[in-house]
Amino acid sequence: MSQEFGIREEEYASKLDFSLWRRLWVYIRPYKAWVIQLCITNSLLAIGETAIPLLTKYAIDTLLYGGTKGQVWLYFAAVVGLALSLCGCLFIFMRRAGRIENYVSYDIRKACFDHLQDLSFSYYDKTPVGFIMARMTSDTLRLAETIAWSLVDILWASLRIISALVAMLWLNFSITMWVILVIPPLALVTRYFHSRIFRIQRRVRRTNSRITHAYNESIMGAVTTKSLVREDQNLNEFSQITDAMFKDSFLAAKYNAVFRPIIVTLGAIGTALALWRGGLMVLDGVIWFGTISAFATYSMQFFEPMHDLSHIFTEMHMAQASAERLFTLLDTEPSVRDTEESIVRDGDTFSHKKENWVPIRGEVQFEHVNFSYLADQPVLKDFNLSVKAGQTIALVGQTGSGKSTIVNLLCRFYEPTSGRILIDGEDYRNHSQLWLQSNLGYVLQSPHLFSGTIADNIRYADPSATDEQVEAAARLVSAHDFISKLENGYQTQVGEGGNRLSTGQKQLISFARAVLHDPPLFILDEATSSIDTETEQLIQQAINATLKNRTNFIVAHRLSTIRSADLILVLQHGEVVEQGTHEELLALKGYYYTLHNHQLLQEQQEALINGR
Amino acid sequence: MEKLTLFNGVLRGQRIRFLLAMASVAIVSLVTLFPQQILRYTLDTVIAGKPSELPGWGNAIATALGGPGYLRSNLWICALAMISVALLNGLFTFLRTRLFVQSSEKSIQNLRDRLYDHIQRLPYDSLMKRDTGDLLQRCSSDMNTIRRFLSAEVSEISRAIWLLVFALVVMLPMSRTMTLVSLGCTPLLVIMSYLYFKRVRLMFRDVDEREAAMSTVLQENLTGMRVVRAFGQQKRESDKFNARSTAYRDEALRLHKLISLYWAVSDFIVYMQIAICSVVGIFQVQAGLLTVGTLITFISYTSTLLWPIRQMGRILANLGRTHVAVSRIDEVLHLPLEEDAPNAETSPIKGDVVFENVHFSYDQEAEVLRGVSFHASPGQTVAVLGATGSGKSTMMLLLQRLYDATQGRILIDGVDVTAYERAHLRRHVGLVLQEPFLYSRTISENIAITLPSVDHERVQKAAQIAALSEMEAEFLQGFDTMVGERGVTLSGGQRQRIAIARMLIAETPIMVFDDSLSALDNQTDAAIRAALRARRAKATTFIISHRINTLREADLILVLEDGQIVQQGSHEELIACDGLYRRVYLMQGGEEEAQ
Repeated sequence: MSQEFGIREEEYASKLDFSLWRRLWVYIRPYKAWVIQLCITNSLLAIGETAIPLLTKYAIDTLLYGGTKGQVWLYFAAVVGLALSLCGCLFIFMRRAGRIENYVSYDIRKACFDHLQDLSFSYYDKTPVGFIMARMTSDTLRLAETIAWSLVDILWASLRIISALVAMLWLNFSITMWVILVIPPLALVTRYFHSRIFRIQRRVRRTNSRITHAYNESIMGAVTTKSLVREDQNLNEFSQITDAMFKDSFLAAKYNAVFRPIIVTLGAIGTALALWRGGLMVLDGVIWFGTISAFATYSMQFFEPMHDLSHIFTEMHMAQASAERLFTLLDTEPSVRDTEESIVRDGDTFSHKKENWVPIRGEVQFEHVNFSYLADQPVLKDFNLSVKAGQTIALVGQTGSGKSTIVNLLCRFYEPTSGRILIDGEDYRNHSQLWLQSNLGYVLQSPHLFSGTIADNIRYADPSATDEQVEAAARLVSAHDFISKLENGYQTQVGEGGNRLSTGQKQLISFARAVLHDPPLFILDEATSSIDTETEQLIQQAINATLKNRTNFIVAHRLSTIRSADLILVLQHGEVVEQGTHEELLALKGYYYTLHNHQLLQEQQEALINGR
Repeated sequence: MEKLTLFNGVLRGQRIRFLLAMASVAIVSLVTLFPQQILRYTLDTVIAGKPSELPGWGNAIATALGGPGYLRSNLWICALAMISVALLNGLFTFLRTRLFVQSSEKSIQNLRDRLYDHIQRLPYDSLMKRDTGDLLQRCSSDMNTIRRFLSAEVSEISRAIWLLVFALVVMLPMSRTMTLVSLGCTPLLVIMSYLYFKRVRLMFRDVDEREAAMSTVLQENLTGMRVVRAFGQQKRESDKFNARSTAYRDEALRLHKLISLYWAVSDFIVYMQIAICSVVGIFQVQAGLLTVGTLITFISYTSTLLWPIRQMGRILANLGRTHVAVSRIDEVLHLPLEEDAPNAETSPIKGDVVFENVHFSYDQEAEVLRGVSFHASPGQTVAVLGATGSGKSTMMLLLQRLYDATQGRILIDGVDVTAYERAHLRRHVGLVLQEPFLYSRTISENIAITLPSVDHERVQKAAQIAALSEMEAEFLQGFDTMVGERGVTLSGGQRQRIAIARMLIAETPIMVFDDSLSALDNQTDAAIRAALRARRAKATTFIISHRINTLREADLILVLEDGQIVQQGSHEELIACDGLYRRVYLMQGGEEEAQ
């Protein structure tokens, strides 16, 4: 039923899988010392809290009848001492747990982030960003929280039960036997309710994501809802979901409302048994009042942890679902990987060995390259191409003709299914990905900037670049004028994703970024959407400035760009149908000719209607 | 006070239940204090044979049960009393939880429905101005904060207060000195909770901010992955992320340190309180001022009382958050809604449209429409040609009153559109946008969305006109295939065709195509237009397009430039004189290409 619910963020695993929890050990191991401290302080806490009633018992039994002042003050000192050490333990315990929680989640985040830097585009092309974000935030947090607190809570609850039991046994064997008569029904009740509440909570979570989804739809589809006058029906349908939510939450609450009183009553029965049997013993003079009072405390202390345990197991189910999703992410293998030899020579993604890198001249060859994203749907068929250093290649064709695929292969975002791609005569797989990619310049259709200043963005590929170099690059692509007109010039913050700038401005900055980098290979995915005339001209200048002195691949839409190319490849269904210079192709009067005329018409019409 | 009014609104219809729930809390708190009394009576009076110190009614019950002497030989009765009290406690705990959850969940359901309805009835422009993510946050996490507060915290707070009241009532008559001693530290705890609350609130905000900063880096890295890779900057991205991640971690730890400190210190206060209480008690017993049973009672009351009070710091922190959540939701609920005039017009609409010197601007910005006037008779087709930003789409949105003209009038069948009831007007004006929105349900449900139920025959008919029929086989489950977030992703052309079918099925007397054939290839476009022509006589049709073939079929063509109509007339009239229309016409091949 995975189709039923779009957003499934909060979910419980159906069964606890301990091999998964064992795997988590890798993330806990570095903090072994803290875990040990955590367990020790936690145990001390459980035992210490058990000791308090014992002290009180001593006070009542011994001190009340003829205890000297000195003894009373000694008792007081003992309680203060115990309280101090307990609170000290509590403080240390909480600090350790907090540290483990935050450090483990930090480590998991780091591992995921680094892994994401290695994952191939075959992963990104089918995984929504929101999905990955949720893995890295809420899932990570929940998992770390459970590791730091819940697992220790199990220890705590068990210790409380055991130490109460031990204390009771030590005080009086036969009363203890009476009190623990309550345990079997307690275990049965807990089991019964736990499984039921758990099931309903799962349903509640799912309904909750449906509610979020419905809100989302109501906002995104606001105009449509208005224009179709669907408000009443929408509300009606929404009320059905919230009604289901109400019924399930209420049902879960009813179970809880019964569960807790039963536990409390069972606890009271334990106390009552202690009072009855203990009272008889006091009458017989076998024990003192203090013992009964201690028993009353212990029999209660006994039952709370049982309730907690049931709660902890519910949390573990939820955390496990998070762990499963995180491991799925971490277990995803990158489909493009560096070979062993290339890593030895060139280094890997995070630690390059630039000194061993072979410089690139800029010759590119595609040899019998075949490629398919899905096994039986070839996108590129026996593609051959030989490019000399310094040439500009324009790729022309309709959506789905294979233009972007060629770019993806050239950048080694994907690798050929068969055939080879040679850079300066050598298969690029003999080198590391970072080697190739550090030699690339890339300007995307929709320019992407990072938050920070304009200068930060221009020197993105080369953080050590001086302000002069940044400005020179900006001048080269005619971006300097608009930048210097901004209030803070190069130090202007671009906002998240660059959203404080216009598309045209973002494009100019991304050209400056590429120019400053000065790569031997340059790839341009030209924008299809039109911008205002003035910026359009600036961008055209920027393109011309960028293309100089390197090998360029352009996914081209603008005729002016196409015309200036050394070689135009016309693609259709993954095959090159025509190739040559602009003049040669026009003379053919073939596919390019039609395409060209159509484009010309479009550009002229656009210019006409938009009054250029 | 405003917040209180809102809470009042939230709890509408649930007030009695809520009060009953509070009463149950009171009973539970009272009953919680009984076991100690039973314990004391049993130990002191029944077993040790001292005079009873129970209040009058307590003694009455004890006497009714047989008095100390009888009970002494039948101790099980005391045990049974203990159990009965627990059962009583259980019963009211059950009632409390049930009533609280029922009333709070019901209130939340009401609030959710109210918010949902309010959002969908907001005027179009006020919705457009809001950030979707922020709005969603209010609907989900703020709502949850309120829910948790109502179902859990309110109960906790009232429990703490009741416990305090009852404990005082029971304790004071037993020993005034001891009462003072056992509650002496309470003010200290309260002050500490308040100070803690003030500090922690600021820190929570810092932590949230740092987390947001970290998320931003992550999000930018993911959306800009191609740039990161193309420039080989993985290492630096990783460093940047780790720096933010570290900052977040460290701030979270600082907050955590404060929380730990609060817990440790408040625990210590509680322990000290118990210790002081027992030492003073011991001296008092030794001096003969107090019985053993009373002392035991005081010691256990002290701990019963203090633990809930210690929770106040946490509860206060949550109260602060709830306060923020309530005001955030309240703000949305106070946004003005679209409102119709009383006695709004609902007369049948035939489709006679008149624009009279219509002006429009968004928020006092530059005018988008500057005096547009034209007339379309019922059944006529009006086509609009114009540059991006010339005001074409705005003109169409005015027809549905998604916006209202800032000056001038729009008349439909001679009645000003602002006089119509909005729903009525919109039911008679069909609109297909360039990028249509589809609901996440099946294709046929989307097409039949304006009908009370899916009528397959009508769906098929509408689909045929919208050139959707041949597409049916492309989907795995035909028209029963789910679309949108939960189903298949559709191309722009497919969405447009579904939206056209959706409009056609409603059979509105006025139809608007806002550049909604743009994503289709010429053939499909022509097929749809041919099918539409057959129906057109029934409806006044507006079409925005750049394609001459589409435009020329219209009875009236409007050429829009900078918010003004620069030319209007039929195809023949417009190509006869020089102007934008004629130039576009010539460019698209003139007569030869027009079929």
